[in-house]
Order: sequence, then structure tokens, then C-alpha cells
Amino acid sequence: MLQRTPLFAAHQRSQARFVTFGGWELPVHFTSIVEEHLAVRRAAGLFDISHMGEFLVTGPGAGDFLNHALTNDVARLAPGQGQYTLLCNARGGVVDDLYLYRLKPDDYLLIVNAARIPADWEWLQAQVDHAPTPGAFKLRNASAEHGAVAVQGPRVAEFMDRVIPGGSIGGALAPRVTALQKNQIGGFVFRGGSLWVARTGYTGEDGFEVFAPADMIEAVWERMLEVGAAHGLQPAGLGARDTLRTEMGYPLYGHELSEDLTPLEAGLGAFVSFDKGEFLGRQPLVTQKTFGVARRCVAFRVTERSAPPRPGYPICRPGPERDRLGMVVSGTQSPSLGVGIGMGYVGVDFAKPGQALTILIRGQAAPAVVVRSPSTSRAGRERRPRPPRQNRVDQGSES
Amino acid sequence: MSNVPADLKYAKSHEWVRVTGDIATVGVSDHAQQELTDVVFVELPAVGRALKAGEACAVVESVKTASDLYAPVSGEVVAVNPDVVADPARVNRDPYGGGWFFQIRLTRPEELTSLLDAAAYRAQIGSA
Repeated sequence: MLQRTPLFAAHQRSQARFVTFGGWELPVHFTSIVEEHLAVRRAAGLFDISHMGEFLVTGPGAGDFLNHALTNDVARLAPGQGQYTLLCNARGGVVDDLYLYRLKPDDYLLIVNAARIPADWEWLQAQVDHAPTPGAFKLRNASAEHGAVAVQGPRVAEFMDRVIPGGSIGGALAPRVTALQKNQIGGFVFRGGSLWVARTGYTGEDGFEVFAPADMIEAVWERMLEVGAAHGLQPAGLGARDTLRTEMGYPLYGHELSEDLTPLEAGLGAFVSFDKGEFLGRQPLVTQKTFGVARRCVAFRVTERSAPPRPGYPICRPGPERDRLGMVVSGTQSPSLGVGIGMGYVGVDFAKPGQALTILIRGQAAPAVVVRSPSTSRAGRERRPRPPRQNRVDQGSES
Repeated sequence: MSNVPADLKYAKSHEWVRVTGDIATVGVSDHAQQELTDVVFVELPAVGRALKAGEACAVVESVKTASDLYAPVSGEVVAVNPDVVADPARVNRDPYGGGWFFQIRLTRPEELTSLLDAAAYRAQIGSA
């Protein structure tokens, strides 16, 4: 049985085309993927992300529990701040990648992938007894009570203060929504109800994610479109969400990440804090860091006209023998660049930027090159990467 | 709503056929291009290739997905459209005109009778 978000009826009214994703029936596009993609790069796009899961961890032991369960350093978060982090298994494999927000000194919000809600919940519950102070916090799955939207693009800041007027009432102190800094989260009042607004996203553009009670989210969605339309805002589906994140090199669970791949192999070492003390998966990750990884996730760009690369296509060594080096895990035609782009796993010897690769696209060899991408570079997601532009060939050359 | 010109024949797999003498021009329907959206790549059969009705003979790829195109009737490929290879978005802009795929010389013209007319195709895609 497919699940539907609180915005399903609104999407139907907007003539959305639907697709199944992680057990949910979600819009793949409203007009076209390319049009929505370019709207986000040039103006603004509005995404329904209500399928994502929300877990709340509260109490004096919450911070210690999370710092033991997750790879990034929770102690670096002041109230009102968030960070990208990973949940690993005992082998250092990735159970999920998520955003962790510290709402109040002892209250934390985890935003997890829809398809991973059951796995995350089970694994986190299994860790409760191993927490430094097992009785001093509560863990709650609040996914069903929440709806969420992401509003992304360079013009978003022009209209967000009119969508959600007033200053913050919780989390980060902000006289208005657009005063929130990257990765900050604040509580705000919208039509008498309260919701959380974070300055984050998954597109590489400036933007916000709004987490609200399920019965409030449609009013937020409608108000965004009403106010944002004059600034180029349009609804955008999962198709554009995927092409946008692929251009930025951001991982998607089930593609770049799995329980058999580690954050170091995925190029996410910047989000693993080795010096914070013990945490789940630390030992195998220390070993991997010491001796080095054997395979690595790389971003690549196809250098000649070709059909789009797609997940599952072989990555080969250039040359007539076509020795297999690995496999494409994400791939598409970049709407910004007009060429095939993607990510895949290859042996470390073939993972350096500039390395020539061959992608086998339905049996035909397409030449490609490993490129730096914002999320696999040292700077990672901590700073806002600039979006790729039509006229710039190497999408990550500045990072 | 999709455009379904009355003077064309259609295959259930969403190709259209325009017959002039013993030459059939083939493309994909407006309905098909709306489903695909954002066509970014088209691969056509070689001129001279003999096609059997129902044979996969071309590929059309959008940002979203890759789809095979099937020969609606049997014949020899006598021409392909280089413009749709160079500018695949023609399939979206002008599916019945500049977005045509290839032409074949019919070897079994009687197969044309098994194709759908506009009314039957409209019924198949649920378009009023």
C-alpha cells in the first residue's frame, strides 16, 4: 500500500505526474523535470518532502546518546543549529544519512530518509541500552505527525519573510526567517500555529526547509506559491530534486550509500568525527582511515554526446579491453550542463579528478572524466557550493 | 489533452505512421512525448536495415527514462531524421512534424490494417 503525503490532493489539482519512491506516491514533475530544475537554479522551486521521517530525541541524556549513535560531533551544535551526519552499523556501513538539529539544549530533531524510517528506528532503539545514560532521554518517531516542504533557489530570500512573517520563537534567535544562517533552525509562528524553519536543502542553492504539523502544511504550500509566484517560484517534483542533487554530487541513500558502504568510501569523511570519542562503527572506520579505502565514490561527467548514464551501467577503464572498474550509482543528463553526469564507485587508483573513464551506455562506450564535486571535496556541505552554470564545463572546479 | 491527428495510423506502443505511396514515416505520438518529457537523446536505425513489425529499432531517452521504439510495420529503412538526433527536444516540440524518426519502404503493406486509427488510439490513451 503506497503512502500519500498531506499534499497529495494539492498535487493532483496541480496536474502532477506521480512516481513511487520509498513506498510513497510523490510528484515526479508538474511541468517537466528540466523546466523545474532550471527554475530552481535561476529563481525558485517548491518541493514536497513530507515523506521524510522526523525523530525527536529529548532529555538530558539526548546529546550523549546521539553523539554515540551518529558520526558527526553533536557537541559542536549550539541550540538552533543543524549538521549533516550519518548513522552507521557496527561494520561502519551506512544505515542512513540524515540531518540533525539541536532545537533546544536537550531537544534534538532528526530528519531521515523515508525509505529508511523503519531501519533507522529499529537500529536507534537497539542502541538505547548502550547509551552513556540510557534512562535520561526519550526517543520518539514523529514522522506521521509532520509534513515538510523545501523551498530552494537564488530568489527564495526575496519572499520568505512574507510567507512566514515575524521573528523566531525558538531555536536560533532570528528577527525574521531570512536572518537564519546556513544550517540554522528556528521556530516560527504561521497563522497561529508553530513550525520549524531550517536554512538547508538538497539542491546546492540557497533555501529553506519547513517542518510543520501535517494539518498545517497545505496552507504553507499554498501561501508559498501565492507569494513566490511573482519571484519565479514553481512547484517541483522528485525528478528535479534528483537532477539537482546529482549535479551537486550529493549522495542519495540506496544509490551512493548502503549498509555495505562506509562514509569514507562515499567521500563523506568530513562528517565523521574521529576525535570525539567512541561512536557506532568507529573501529572499522579508524582502520579504514589508517590503511585507506579500496574503492571510492566519484562524480563524473561524460565528455562526448551520449545517451544519459543511468544507475547500473558499468564503469570501465578507457581502451579497447574495457576492464570493468565499477558501476554507476546515480546518473542523468544534467539540465544545467546539457551533458551526461553521474556518480559511481571505482577503485581508488581511478578516483582522482581528471581520471579518464568509459561508461558503457547500453553497450556503447561513452568517454567520461572524474570531476570534483562539492560534496566529495574537502569543504563538503559545510559551506554553500555555487551552482554549476551552463558555460562552466567542470562543475566543481572552484571547490 | 493530447493531439491525435486524424490522418495518421498508430501503434499500441505509441508510434505514429504517415503513409505516402509505399513509404511510411514514423515518429512517437504527442501522448508519448508528454509521458516522456524532456527528450535528450534519440538513437535511430541504420539506413538500409530491414525491420520486422514489432521489432525494437530505435531508442528515445528523456531525463526521466529510456524507452524503446518499435517498428509499427515491416520494411526497409530508407531515411532517418538527422535533425532529431542533433536536437532531440524536437520530439517534445513537434512530435508529428520536425520530430519524425525514420522512413521505411513498406514490404508488407497489409500490416497497415492492424494499426489503430485516431479514434481507437484516442480511446487507448483515454483522451477525449
